[in-house]
Amino acid sequence: MGSDLLKRIGLSIFVLFSLSILIFLIARVVPGDPARLALGPRAPEWAVENLRKEMHLDKPFYAQYGLWLAGIGHGDLGKSLVTRRPVSADIREFLPATFEIVGLSALIMALGGIFLGVLSAKYSNSWFDGVTRIISYLGIVTPAFVWAIIFMLIFGYVFPIFPITGRLSPGFEAPTTITGMFTLDSLLAGDPRTAWDAFLHLVLPAIALAMGGLAQAARITRSSMTDNMSKDYIAAETAYGIPPRRILMKYLLKPSLIPTVSVMALDIAALFGNAFLVELIFNYPGLSRYGIEAMLNKDLNAISAVIMVLGLAFVTMNIAIDILVGYLDPRIGLAGRRN
Amino acid sequence: MADASVAKPMSSAVGAESIVQIKDLHVGFKVFGGLLKVLNGVNMVVGRGEKIGIVGETGCGKTTTVKSILRILPGEARIFHGEVLFQDKNVYKMHPHELQKLRGQGASMIFQDPTAALNPVFTLGEQISEIISHSGTQPEGKKEAIKILAVKAFREATLPDAERMMETYPFQLSGGMRQRACIAMALATPRDLMIADEPTTNLDVTIQDQVLRLLKNLVDQRGMSLILITHSLGVARETTDRIYIMYAGNMVEVARTAEIFERPLHPYTTGLLSCIPKLTGGGVAEGIPGRIPDYMNPPAGCRFEPRCPKAMERCKKEKPEFVEVGKDHQVACFLYYQVPQNGVQHHG
Ligand SMILES: Nc1ncnc2c1ncn2[C@@H]1O[C@H](COP(=O)(O)OP(=O)(O)OP(=O)(O)O)[C@@H](O)[C@H]1O
Ligand SMILES: [Mg+2]
Repeated sequence: MGSDLLKRIGLSIFVLFSLSILIFLIARVVPGDPARLALGPRAPEWAVENLRKEMHLDKPFYAQYGLWLAGIGHGDLGKSLVTRRPVSADIREFLPATFEIVGLSALIMALGGIFLGVLSAKYSNSWFDGVTRIISYLGIVTPAFVWAIIFMLIFGYVFPIFPITGRLSPGFEAPTTITGMFTLDSLLAGDPRTAWDAFLHLVLPAIALAMGGLAQAARITRSSMTDNMSKDYIAAETAYGIPPRRILMKYLLKPSLIPTVSVMALDIAALFGNAFLVELIFNYPGLSRYGIEAMLNKDLNAISAVIMVLGLAFVTMNIAIDILVGYLDPRIGLAGRRN
Repeated sequence: MADASVAKPMSSAVGAESIVQIKDLHVGFKVFGGLLKVLNGVNMVVGRGEKIGIVGETGCGKTTTVKSILRILPGEARIFHGEVLFQDKNVYKMHPHELQKLRGQGASMIFQDPTAALNPVFTLGEQISEIISHSGTQPEGKKEAIKILAVKAFREATLPDAERMMETYPFQLSGGMRQRACIAMALATPRDLMIADEPTTNLDVTIQDQVLRLLKNLVDQRGMSLILITHSLGVARETTDRIYIMYAGNMVEVARTAEIFERPLHPYTTGLLSCIPKLTGGGVAEGIPGRIPDYMNPPAGCRFEPRCPKAMERCKKEKPEFVEVGKDHQVACFLYYQVPQNGVQHHG
């Protein structure tokens, strides 16, 4: 798989480059003067002019891009106009927070979706299958923020089981930053109570975010399993005396997961984008919320950085899918290795 | 089964013991738009150690018949009537452990299309090891012992480089090698009955012969019974003791292999034989005008009636059952109802 993987990585870098140019262009073509926006309508003209110089907004486009790119080389993403901090510091703070939600959400999506899919395939056309199908449709058509509001009402107000805002409850201290993920950092610091509290804060937003992808994964898994069920190799394996449960969980599941994985990986990458309303509703300081604020304020450096991070997430996910699908489907994996 | 003319178990033909008995089996398939009434009262007996051929043109229900023995009919299939006995036990009333024993040690099957019959995402080694470990003939969990058996099975199926086959995926093999891999899996552990569903149709003519001989040798060596499905009367002639001729969901004639060729009685059988170049024994039924009936609305009487050159009024309304017309020779045709033989009295 080695050379194939290298090729994929090279291609991904190219994609990211193109994305950076595109986003750089779009951010600067949108009307409105970022320096003026940052300083407010009453700031004197000379101050605005100074800020524009400082941000190189007076230079031609290619020069701006070159400077920006050179900055990235040293891990310098420029300064945010809104937080007035280096964008890289903002990202370092907000990205891990979003990672926590997205990570848990992805886990729930994958396990829940496959679990439901297998059950409804096993009991296909039973009442269970029917109920799951209806829930799946609901899951697919209902946006994540609606789930967020529903869950918040049910589990936050009616049955206050889960906290509904922020990353930690009052009285808990944020752990010293190692990864930036509170659950992990607290565990590393030997403080399971804080870790548990941080985890509870993740549950509702993560589930709300996972619902759509979970429903989709369940449906795809179910239909590919029921399709494969009538394949001769399943009849053959049954005829040769392999117990039905073993066939279901191994010989039927593995080939059936190929389409699920392909779709789910993109769903997981899309979680980063979908997270913003959920983060907003749960007042959770994550990257997506940061990105939306940046856009509303035309905070150019922040916008570019957030988009690049999202782009990176997509590209990484794509490579991860390829590796995983190659593992599930030797026809692809070995073919890749050979060519 | 009150009808005297319905086939008695062919005790004279198959000796005392039968391994498989299919009695008046009706199987349909639920499809979009209705029900395909495919098997229309199949009767069949396979004796212990006997080699049976099933011959009939495509779509007549050969695969459906044999799949019913292992209880691996697809989900759309419905059994409306009849029973299938394996070693005198009703397959559809077996306890899970009895069924497990039937599949692990009783019978085994080589599927029609070797490419479809091998799981595409597991190595041959993984698949065959699983089969061996669940056969109930090996102490479970003995990895080394299982591997030795697996390699031995590949070697017996004359696969080159048997050791390497363990790590090979089906898509890396040629069609002939896939078929051998299927044979290896079906024969990896001892069984009483081997079902081979057109094991050679997907192969090169030159390889067809090899694979068939291989199969026959392995079955003979182990004293297994064999059900061989084939389009080719020539293949059936070389390999089998008795031949069932099947048409549109019914067994229409059965006799010892030599007798079928010397004294074919059913108009369908004579049609089949007349259109085969005598020695080579090629394909089936190019010479009989017409097609297999629509299973959604099959003819009410004899299903061959619309194509039959000797059709009578009665054939339109009534379905003929097997009548005995000689030693081990039965025909399902009204033409032979008038000629009582061997003292068997027929209705009419
Ligand atoms: N899963 C299924 N769903 C619907 N119809 C089916 C199914 N399996 C078989 N049939 C129908 O049943 C009939 C008999 O099929 P079967 O596979 O038993 O024929 P066959 O004699 O084995 O033919 P061939 O020589 O082509 O293999 C065919 O008309 C086929 O269309
Ligand atoms: Mg067939």
